Amino acid sequence: MNRLRAAGLHVTSAALAVLFLLPLLWTLYSSLSGREAGGSGTDNYRRLADYGSGLGTYLVNTTVVALVAVTVTVLATTLGGYAMARLAFPGRTLLFLVTLAILMVPYTTILVPLYILLGWLGLQNSLLGLGLVMAVLQLPFGLFMMRNSFEALPVELEEAALIDGCSIGGALRRVLLRGVLPGVVTVALFSFLAAWNEFVAPLIFLTDGEKFTLPVALFNLQSGSLGSVDFGALQAGVVVSALPCVAVFLVLQRYYVRGFTSGALKG
Amino acid sequence: MVSLVSPRVSAPEAPAPAPRRRGSIARGRRRLGIAYAAPMAVLVAVFFVIPLGLMLWMSVSHWPLVGASYPNGVKNYDALSDPLFLRAVWFTLKYTLVTTVVLSLVAFGLALLVQHDRRGTGFARTVFFLPSAVGLASTSLLFYGLFNTDSSALNHLVDFLGFGRADWLGSGGSALGSTVGMITWRFAGFSMLILMTGLQGIDPALYEAARIDGANRWQILWRVTLPQLRPTLALAMVLSLTGSLLAFDQFFILTGGRHDTATVVIDIYREAFLSQDLGRAAAVSVATLAVLIVLNVAQLRLIRREGK
Repeated sequence: MNRLRAAGLHVTSAALAVLFLLPLLWTLYSSLSGREAGGSGTDNYRRLADYGSGLGTYLVNTTVVALVAVTVTVLATTLGGYAMARLAFPGRTLLFLVTLAILMVPYTTILVPLYILLGWLGLQNSLLGLGLVMAVLQLPFGLFMMRNSFEALPVELEEAALIDGCSIGGALRRVLLRGVLPGVVTVALFSFLAAWNEFVAPLIFLTDGEKFTLPVALFNLQSGSLGSVDFGALQAGVVVSALPCVAVFLVLQRYYVRGFTSGALKG
Repeated sequence: MVSLVSPRVSAPEAPAPAPRRRGSIARGRRRLGIAYAAPMAVLVAVFFVIPLGLMLWMSVSHWPLVGASYPNGVKNYDALSDPLFLRAVWFTLKYTLVTTVVLSLVAFGLALLVQHDRRGTGFARTVFFLPSAVGLASTSLLFYGLFNTDSSALNHLVDFLGFGRADWLGSGGSALGSTVGMITWRFAGFSMLILMTGLQGIDPALYEAARIDGANRWQILWRVTLPQLRPTLALAMVLSLTGSLLAFDQFFILTGGRHDTATVVIDIYREAFLSQDLGRAAAVSVATLAVLIVLNVAQLRLIRREGK
């Protein structure tokens, strides 16, 4: 009876797993099949590469935005998280609460004023400005993660470094950073995925076709073309934009799970 | 900087060493704290607090996309009685309700299925969770192909089953159903993971006691698992609720945000960048934000109380 039940669970899991994989496999398959008879497997990718300002440009743009977002998020939340966990300073609680309030205020509701503000700062239609906005959206999660990571380290570790003659900054760099590395990787991972995949903010902030990120370029490929949609090139585009995320996810899975469970359940 | 350590080393038992010395150390750490927190504080101030204030100001100003702005009182808030906006609110609520129910049920089923470590469950968990790594825009473009190409696997399947070719996005209703299916695929693994951590937090002694009392699987599910899981379930539902209320990518990409599938955020986008009236868009944003904050506070209270 128990064995039967176990077998049933196995079969159900397997069937559902196939169902979940199917959309991804279908896209991969159809991106590789030629549109006309006799077309070769890379036709779709060739048309995608030549689309608009060129796939290379969009990939570089998306990478720049993601790099800005990851660098700024990691630096700001590592320093800020350490300050929150270990250094008393005036306004600490206020800063913590205001940063967490970013979670309460969905950024789509402040996109319009952000658009104006970026204009004032001369950062409209700029990959740097977009990267900074993407970084700010990751601050609540990053701060939470890094503060908890520093708090989880024993105080003795830091004291030992200070006794050995390190400054606080030196202790942070040379000793503590190794201890909070899993937290840093988690924050970087979430920041990367969010910035890489963001759609609304670049759609609004970027006006120059040369500056488009991959999701916006693909959206234009889908909606902007006259006549029929080039589904082959579109599916190739989906593969190109999803592949780095899937690869990063498979390699860093446990950090991903760590982020969800630690972030979500503290609520 | 070595002096920072000395009080702790020389007098670990004495909480109050020489006041002047302690004061200067505390001041040093305070200054360092300010310096370390400064980058974050500046980012938060410039890209969050100022825009928030600006949004309030814009909502009571005539503010065209191009040209000069001037205060115009609460006139922008007329946008809240616009029939198109009301239609968007109604559609968003419908979509949110359906998504949250379907997603929670599916995620709960998946969590029950793979909660115990058996052969193959690790693989199944990874597969269920994999779509969460794909961006929502990419997901929408992927499903746009699935829904629209005659040669898509989905249409082959439906054809094979003898239904002919379905019009997946043709009407508001079918677009809603198709989108809920897509969103379930994309987010089920995410909710499953949250529910799994909740399941693992349930005290095994409770199951033991229920079994001793002669409860069957069904009774255990209803009387032990579900009541114990309520706070976690509530959290998963809150996340789905807030996410769905702000839906944009999926409908903007799948249907071009046409009127019978326009959500509140699509309405904000339309006011701002198609009608080029940023003031009205800001007014709608302020109203949306107010509703969401009330909702968030209510939900937090609910979770806290149930958590006890």
